[in-house]
Amino acid sequence: MKKTHIFGIIIIAIAVMIIIITAGDASTYVTFKEAMRMADEGNNKKIHVVGQLKKDSEGNIQGVEVTEDRLSVSFIMVDNENMEQKVYYNEPMPPDLQRSEQVVVIGSFKEDIFVADKILLKCPSKYQEEEIKI
Amino acid sequence: MVHIWAGNLGHLFVIVAFVSAVVAAFSYFKAERGLSTDWKLTARFAFYVHFAAVMGIVTVLYYIIYNNYFEYHYVWSHSSRYLPFYYKLSAFWEGQEGSFLLWIFWHVILGVIIVRTFGKWESSVMFVFSLVQAFLVSMILGVVIFNLKLGSSPFLLTRDVINAPVFEINPEFIPENGSGLNPLLQNYWMVIHPPTLFLGFAATIVPFALAISGLWTNRITDWIKHAIPWTLFASASLGLGIIMGAYWAYETLNFGGYWNWDPVENAIFVPWLILIGGIHTMLIHKKNGAAVKSSYLLIIAAFLLVVYSTFLTRSGILGDSSVHSFTDLGLSGQLLLYLLVFVGISIYLLIAKWNMIPSTEKEISTYNREFWIFIGATVLSLSAFQVILPTSIPVFNSILNNLGIQTSMAPPADQVTFYTRFQVWFGIGIALLTGIGQFFWWKNLEKGKVYKEFALPVVISLMLSTLIMVFSGLVNLPFLLLLSSGIFAIVSNGKTLIRLYSKKAGLSGGAISHIGISLMLIGILYSSGLSRVISLNRSGLMYSSDLPEEVNKENILLFQDEPVAMDDYQLSYQGRRIRLDGHAGYFTKDQFNLSNNVHYLIAKEDIKQGNIAIIPKGDTVKYNPENTYYEVKYTRQNGNNFLLYPRLQENPDMGNVVSPSIKRSALRDIYTHVTVVANEEKEWSETIEEEVQLGKTFFVNDYVSTVEGFERIEEVDGLPLQEGDVAVKAEIRIQGKTQDYYLEPVYLIRDNFAARIPDENEALGIRLTVLKIIPEKDALILGINTTQKDYIILKAIEKPYINLLWTGTIVLMIGFTVAIVRRTKDLNR
Repeated sequence: MKKTHIFGIIIIAIAVMIIIITAGDASTYVTFKEAMRMADEGNNKKIHVVGQLKKDSEGNIQGVEVTEDRLSVSFIMVDNENMEQKVYYNEPMPPDLQRSEQVVVIGSFKEDIFVADKILLKCPSKYQEEEIKI
Repeated sequence: MVHIWAGNLGHLFVIVAFVSAVVAAFSYFKAERGLSTDWKLTARFAFYVHFAAVMGIVTVLYYIIYNNYFEYHYVWSHSSRYLPFYYKLSAFWEGQEGSFLLWIFWHVILGVIIVRTFGKWESSVMFVFSLVQAFLVSMILGVVIFNLKLGSSPFLLTRDVINAPVFEINPEFIPENGSGLNPLLQNYWMVIHPPTLFLGFAATIVPFALAISGLWTNRITDWIKHAIPWTLFASASLGLGIIMGAYWAYETLNFGGYWNWDPVENAIFVPWLILIGGIHTMLIHKKNGAAVKSSYLLIIAAFLLVVYSTFLTRSGILGDSSVHSFTDLGLSGQLLLYLLVFVGISIYLLIAKWNMIPSTEKEISTYNREFWIFIGATVLSLSAFQVILPTSIPVFNSILNNLGIQTSMAPPADQVTFYTRFQVWFGIGIALLTGIGQFFWWKNLEKGKVYKEFALPVVISLMLSTLIMVFSGLVNLPFLLLLSSGIFAIVSNGKTLIRLYSKKAGLSGGAISHIGISLMLIGILYSSGLSRVISLNRSGLMYSSDLPEEVNKENILLFQDEPVAMDDYQLSYQGRRIRLDGHAGYFTKDQFNLSNNVHYLIAKEDIKQGNIAIIPKGDTVKYNPENTYYEVKYTRQNGNNFLLYPRLQENPDMGNVVSPSIKRSALRDIYTHVTVVANEEKEWSETIEEEVQLGKTFFVNDYVSTVEGFERIEEVDGLPLQEGDVAVKAEIRIQGKTQDYYLEPVYLIRDNFAARIPDENEALGIRLTVLKIIPEKDALILGINTTQKDYIILKAIEKPYINLLWTGTIVLMIGFTVAIVRRTKDLNR
């Protein structure tokens, strides 16, 4: 076998390894139910859950609690299957949290609480205000 | 009055630009095929028409932005009346249409250079060029053919885009002001970063067009020497553009660094890596005629990746996964077509001509310079592959979903850790190879001589790294390896540089740029790999009572006037500040009265800096009411101190934006941003009445306070009193933790009625009112209201040796420049 071939095989091997590891490390979008099942099975991979903050019938947001030192926050999130779940975020409350129309939390379950490492917020008017003010 | 003519003129230019690009492409195609020179003249004429039309579009668009023609939707949605002219430039390219236009603009400039200097390559290269140009202009064409929207025009009227009732009542209505430029983009780097980046984007087309021409016209290897200086130029401008963007992110965004492995960042980083790989294979070709196939693949891939990154960032496919992608304009189909056409042409030509491309049958030898450089290009390509794969996850999802397969793949949860795990090893490989490659580049070493040549640099770098390791306590294995290989690369390239400098300084571009890259790698290693959150709050608090784990909180809460110890510093929040147009430094809002226009303030008193009154009493000053700066004082144990002013910009349309303030020093940066601030509208407590005697201490909100005295005054808030009025000002001292504060409530009697003007202190959350004066007792009755003290929550990060990254960038750019000069000279020889 020529050296060129060995070289080619090594490169392909590295590329395949990258693909396998990437596929393994990629996160997934799941529901809280699925996330809970994963946690029960001992799988503590970080996952994405999409949902909204819990609101009462008049549209007021419920269940947002800022800790006494104001450095962390917990809130109730309702996922796309309407399951409610308490989420804890170890950072100060993002100013836009209460305005958001959609929330993506990235993290995993610790016991009964979903601990978010990162929160992505989709806010109604941000960057695409299409209303004329007179 | 609605300026219809401007939009019509602009749109006319767009159509002319599109048609002339198509004509130029067709004529250049004919010129390349036929013998008649007429086609070439026609093609050139068409191209110059195209050039003029593009300049026309750019002029008209800037004209309507500059003159605040808010009847145009592009102007209304990206600009506003109060932007200075340089931010109006940023507004020009904030939107998709404008940024396409910027790209088109650079293309025509490069096109003129090609027409004038490319000689017998002109027709084939300009064919590819004009074709790309036609595609790009079609993106801003804004016409509808058979229900098919082709491009999005920047010259649409606001009333045609937005359904607002006001336009039904009065079609001539022009919005008073635009909705403004995204506050994040109001930064000087956003004035120069996009043009540099798009120059890099535009320049990648030159080597690509040369490669395609080479295949098409069977000049299979000739193109390479023409392509080398252009590839160097494209890499330099793209690289500089990327770093400028990183620097902007560092100064403006609050994710705590300059690089976040965000999909948009990745999408432009990948073509850059491939382009650098391409330079190396082309240099191998120059030396010994090999590596033609790999040069074709890399140069063509680099351009296609630029198009792919355009598709990723502008089609909306990235969705929520990126902070900087553009809003979707419904152009994804057109972008996809653009991508597929160029991929198709490239693959077709490569397959058709593959057998004509020479490949060397020579056995690879590890003692051969080509071997090492080729390995280097391979490592760069693998690194690019590792980045683009996860970045494309939304694309894979979309393709699979279109095939009816439901997937739920998401990008890696922690991007930085995920990419770093791989890229640190590629970094080590690249550093080692630049070191090794340099030795082999200048002479093919004999087996026995290798050790002799390498011994010194290896020993020096091992010694240096060991020293650093011992003194800094660096223990992470990949970091140590990266550090030692980086130092090795600097030493060995330095050795080459010294040798070349006296004899052939013009050839030292490679050595210089490799030193630059190594400095950058070490700078990244320290500033990112070893960055440290210094606002860590080891409170030992539990997540919540249900959770067993302890957590460290990365933010600290600072009340005004209550210093807190943080890391090696004493931190104190000293209050809100504003900045004024045309004046350096920071001011407080208390120094001014509001005016009728929210952008203007009127000085209450003479405002001094030192002893000089810089703003006389009653003067009007302009400022940006959206910006608040939070003054934070850092004091070291030895008493040295400095101030930082992290900013919060409140834009009603775009939400709040937080920007850091950075204390720079040679060895480290202290990076600070606010995460949360207290609400400016506060609720006051019920009034408590208290009788206090002159000179006696009392407590307000737990602060020791004293009434120091009364004083009769002749004017109140700048207004002289009327006949018979009596006004008394009480002076009350409150002892804060760091300083004393004075409050001066006023008690005024006019026509037997008492008026009370309270005074308040934001820092302490205290408002005092003189309710009654009891002269016989030397006492007064105070009304006391208290509220939440002003506070901020901030995060501070230390970034060691970040200056190595910026220095390395400059060195890299010098290296590129030297190399471009040299390779251009080669061409003319």
